[in-house]
Order: sequence, then C-alpha cells, then structure tokens
Amino acid sequence: MQSDEIIWQVINHVHCSYKAKMQTQNFCRNEYNVTGLCNRSSCPLANSRYATIREIDGTLYLYMKSIERSHAPKDLWERVKLSRNYGKSLELIDKHLEHWPKFLVHKNKQRLTKMTQYLIRMRKLALKSKRKLVTMPAKEVKREKRREAKALTAAVLDKSIEKELLERLQSGTYGDIYNFPVKEYEKVLAMEEMEAKGEDSEDEEEEEEEEEPEVEYVEGYEMEEEDDDDAMEDFAQGAGRMSDSEDDDEEQSDDDSDASEEEDVKASLKSKKVPKKSLKVPSKRGQDGPAPTNRKKRRPHVEIEYEEEREMQNADF
Amino acid sequence: MGKRMRQDEEEDAGEEALRKAGEKLPSQFKNKQKRTAAYEKVKKDKSIEKKKRIKLRDAAEKQALELGEAPPPRKAQRTIENTREQDETVALPDDDELQADEGLDEFSSHFSRERVPKLLITTSQECSTNTRKFIKELLTVIPNTYYYKRRSYDLKQIVKYASNREFTSMFVVNENRKNPNGLLVVNLPEGPTAHFKLSSIKLSKKIKGHGKPTRHMPELLLNNFTTRLGHRVGRLLASIFPQDPQFKGRRTVTFHNQRDFIFFRHHRYVFEEKEVKEKAPVVPGDDSGKKSKKSAPKTVTRKGVIARLQECGPRFTLKLQSLQAGTFDSKYGEYEWVHKPDMDTSRRRFFL
Repeated sequence: MQSDEIIWQVINHVHCSYKAKMQTQNFCRNEYNVTGLCNRSSCPLANSRYATIREIDGTLYLYMKSIERSHAPKDLWERVKLSRNYGKSLELIDKHLEHWPKFLVHKNKQRLTKMTQYLIRMRKLALKSKRKLVTMPAKEVKREKRREAKALTAAVLDKSIEKELLERLQSGTYGDIYNFPVKEYEKVLAMEEMEAKGEDSEDEEEEEEEEEPEVEYVEGYEMEEEDDDDAMEDFAQGAGRMSDSEDDDEEQSDDDSDASEEEDVKASLKSKKVPKKSLKVPSKRGQDGPAPTNRKKRRPHVEIEYEEEREMQNADF
Repeated sequence: MGKRMRQDEEEDAGEEALRKAGEKLPSQFKNKQKRTAAYEKVKKDKSIEKKKRIKLRDAAEKQALELGEAPPPRKAQRTIENTREQDETVALPDDDELQADEGLDEFSSHFSRERVPKLLITTSQECSTNTRKFIKELLTVIPNTYYYKRRSYDLKQIVKYASNREFTSMFVVNENRKNPNGLLVVNLPEGPTAHFKLSSIKLSKKIKGHGKPTRHMPELLLNNFTTRLGHRVGRLLASIFPQDPQFKGRRTVTFHNQRDFIFFRHHRYVFEEKEVKEKAPVVPGDDSGKKSKKSAPKTVTRKGVIARLQECGPRFTLKLQSLQAGTFDSKYGEYEWVHKPDMDTSRRRFFL
C-alpha cells in the first residue's frame, strides 16, 4: 500500500540515500527528481503522482507515474518521447499533464527548457575542435636539444652554403651576372689604363670640354663596329688606335666562353665606354665604388655594377 | 658511441696481448691498489703506443712529400653521417620511380611554374609578442606572404578560406609558454600537411652583424634531403618560395638537413676573387720538381673565387613530427609518416 506521508517522514527525518545535505539546503540525487531539490513536493519517492523529464542518449522523454500502477514497479513509469522541436514538446507536456498539479507542469516545462538548451550547447561543442595537450618529457627535450647542437656543428652551415653557391656559380646558374674569372676583365682594364696614359699627353686640352668631341667619337666608333661582329675584337681594335702594340695579344688570350659574356656586357656599356677614351683617369678597380655622377658615363668596367648595387641595397634600408 | 666502440676494440686488443703474455688482466686483481696500478699501466702503454703510431705516420707523410710522392692516405674519421644506418628509401640520382612520382605529386604544378606561390601565415589561438615578432621576420623572408589573425576560427575553416583565395600554402605557428614551438605547413589545396617542431629561433636583431635583405626573390638551397620522405619534405618547403629567383638580389634561403634537423638560414652573399691557398699538387715520379719543392712551401696560392656570406636572419631549426596526406585533419587524417619515440633509439638512424 502506497503511503506518501510515511515515506516522506522517513526520508525527511530518518534517512534517504539520495539526499545530499548542504549547509543551506538539501539536494536530491535521484535521477527522476524534477527540480533536484529535496522537499516534499519534488520528491519522486514520496509522491505517488509524479512527472519528470529525462534525457537518454540525447533524446528527451516525459516520465509519468500514477498511484494506479504503484503495485507494479515494472510498469510504474509511463514514458513519452518528446519532440526535438521545443514548441511541440511543450504542447506534448501540456497534453499529457492536462489535469496534473500546476507545480509539476511548471517544473517540467522549466526542466524541458534547461535540457533543450544544454543539448544544443552539447551539439555545438561537439562540432568545435578542441586543443589537445601533449606532454613534453624533460628527458626527450633535453636529448633533442643536445642532438640539435651536435647536428649544427656537424652541418658546418656557412661552409656548406658557400660551397653550394660556388657550385652554382661554376655550373652557370647565374648566367652572365657575374664575370668570373676576372682575369680577362683585368686585362681589359690594364689595356684601358695604357690607352688612358697614352691619351693623357695628347688629349689634355680636350678633357675640359668633353661633351661635343664625345659624340663624334661615338659615331665613328659604332660605324667601325658594324664591320666586325665580334665586340671584343672591336674593343681591341679601338684600343689599337691608341696603342697598337697591345692589339694582337688580347685577341688571342681571350677564352671563347668568356667572350660571349663580355659581349653582352659590352653591348650594354657600349655607349658609356666611348667617352671614356678621352679621359685621362687611369682605371683601377678600387676607385669604382664611390663613383660620382659625372663619372658614370665613362667607366665600362663590370665591377661598377657590382659595387653600385651593393650600395643601393644599403641605402634602401 | 663511436669513440666508445673504438676504445672497446683497442682494449680488447690490449687484453689479448696480455693474455698471450700470460699476464693477469687488470680485472683479475682482487686487491684494489694493485688493480688500479695494473689499469694505469695498461693505459700508459696504450698512450705510448698511440704516440708511436702518430709519429710513424707523420714521418711517412714527410718522407713521401720529400720524395714528391703522394702521402699514404689517412684513415677517414668516423662520423655519425658516414656510419649512418642503411635506409633503403635513400633516393639515388637515377631513381626513375621517384622522378615519376615527383612529376605527379601535389607540388608538380609548382615546379612546372603553373602556380605562383602565395603563403598565408597564422598562429595558434592567442598568440604572444614573441610569436608575432617571429612572424614579422618570416614575412620579410618569404615573398608573397600574408599574415592573418587567427581569431577563433578552426584550422579547417581557415584551410577552406585560404584555398578559395588561391593561397598555395599555409603556416600555422604554434606557441607554448609564450614562445613559438611548432610549425604546421599545409600545402593547399590538397595537402600534404607537415608538422614541425620549431626550436632555436634567433631573430635577425639578435644575430651579430646581420644584414638587411633586399626585396628580390631569394634563391633556395635545399641540402641533404636524401630519402623519399626527405625529398617530399624538401619539395614541400621549396614550394613556398617562388620558382624564379632574382639572382641580382644575391639573397639565399637555406634549408639544410643534418641528422633530421632542418636548419633554416637566410643570407646575402657575394662572390669575390681571392688568393686561395692550396696544397701543392704532387706528381709522383716528377724528378724535375724535386729540388724546387724542397725549398718551396707545401701550399701554393692561386686565384680563386670565393663566396662570402652575411646572415640576414631569422634562423631557426625544424624537426619533422608528422607528415599527413591531405590538408589538416587531426581526427580522420591519414598520416604518411609519424615520429614515434622508438625511432629515437638509435642515433645513427635518420629519416630525411
């Protein structure tokens, strides 16, 4: 025989294993409790007419028990599956608890709201990626550090990079940007120096008024070039006009491979080169770096490009 | 380890000699003082033996030089590199299969210049100053790079975003205790994804005598990537940089692999002509040169081209943790290679 009052007396004054005593109030651990509080109206044991909502694997069910089935614990609870739609679920609760105490209806609706919200939150969190924390065993960290330091010494980075770069230079990756070996260029320089010296005595006066005689030189020079294809020969010939003795040696000593490179450079510098002849300043590599603006035109040396570029870089930043 | 092994061999030899002479081994003495004395004697004998050997070798070399002959070859030093454990995946230069594979892989479009590399850099959630500084330097090194704040996006979302905007790769810098410690490199749009441990970061400001790079496209040096996995990682890293470097800028970016550590360096360089000292070429049986060689020094100077480097920074070290096929997917992703603790058991086994 079901007797709610006696049960509640026992639960309240003797013992209930679902009861969790706090300083301010008592809570209930029973899964069927609709509010979670330990009191007479929300105790699932001491109420023979009771309704609650439970979540099983993400779906909500409305559970109801009535005194008529209290003799058969097997069929004590009547279960109704609630819709995933919150509004429909509310309607279902209203329908099933039509003549029930207002307290239970209200509390069940509150519970439905709460549970719907936490289910939504759960689904959202499940979609979100989580950060995984991993351990970093000190022993391994230390070992890695040690091995890294040793690998770094074994790598000899600067040496290996330099080696690789030189290999690339030798295999011609850089094309005609660089003019190594410089031997040929130095020969040309030496030649120019000779010319310049030869000119010095003759053309001292002309240097003062550079502009007009230059133009004449250019045209004469280029017309000559049209006859011969090889720029290096032209250059030698041009030089030969000033100092004939050098002429033959230069042509013979040039390597074939470098001749093509020189041609390119020459072609680009042709116009600059010509005025240079009327100059007396002997060419030295060291002087090229801080080339003043008025000197730019005169100097055909390859090193000019090289040094200038470096300066530009420094200036950029 | 190698040293120990060699020592063991030598000790064995010493013990053999003792055994043959019918003497007691040091370990056979029960009295500690006598045992110690015996050990010391063995040790002393060995060092004397070694000195003798070196003396003999030096004498032989000197004699050979005087005779104008090639000196006897010295024993090659045993290093971890030349005693590396054999790896059957080490790619040989004439590996057709590898070349065919590389022609079809995800990076082939990069190497055939069909796409222009474009990099997106982002961080783990909540990044600190150090990470931002590091990224700032990366932006100066790698051309066509864009930094995006991570905000609270998932990596998968970002991957999608980046591939829609024609980014070709993506960096995610991870940090631990306010310092960058990991780097995720994703090749877009179809992977692979490599996770590297990031260590020894030195920003350019901290590098002594560092240079300031120009904005030219850098050229790329990939050193020592030997195995198939190594090739793949190398190609992944290479695909971040444009295919057509501007050699005029004389800028080079290096990924040097040594014992599975990938060292990143960024340099400016210059080629210079310089006197290079070289060992005098010895022609055996060259009688005419004999007299002059006796008086001449052993080295001759020759004009050669050298490369000079100036580091621009930053520098850091990468170590591969995992390589995943496809873009980032920690849950269902298929891993091509994962580092496991039992791979560290031998210090002569390398995977790149």
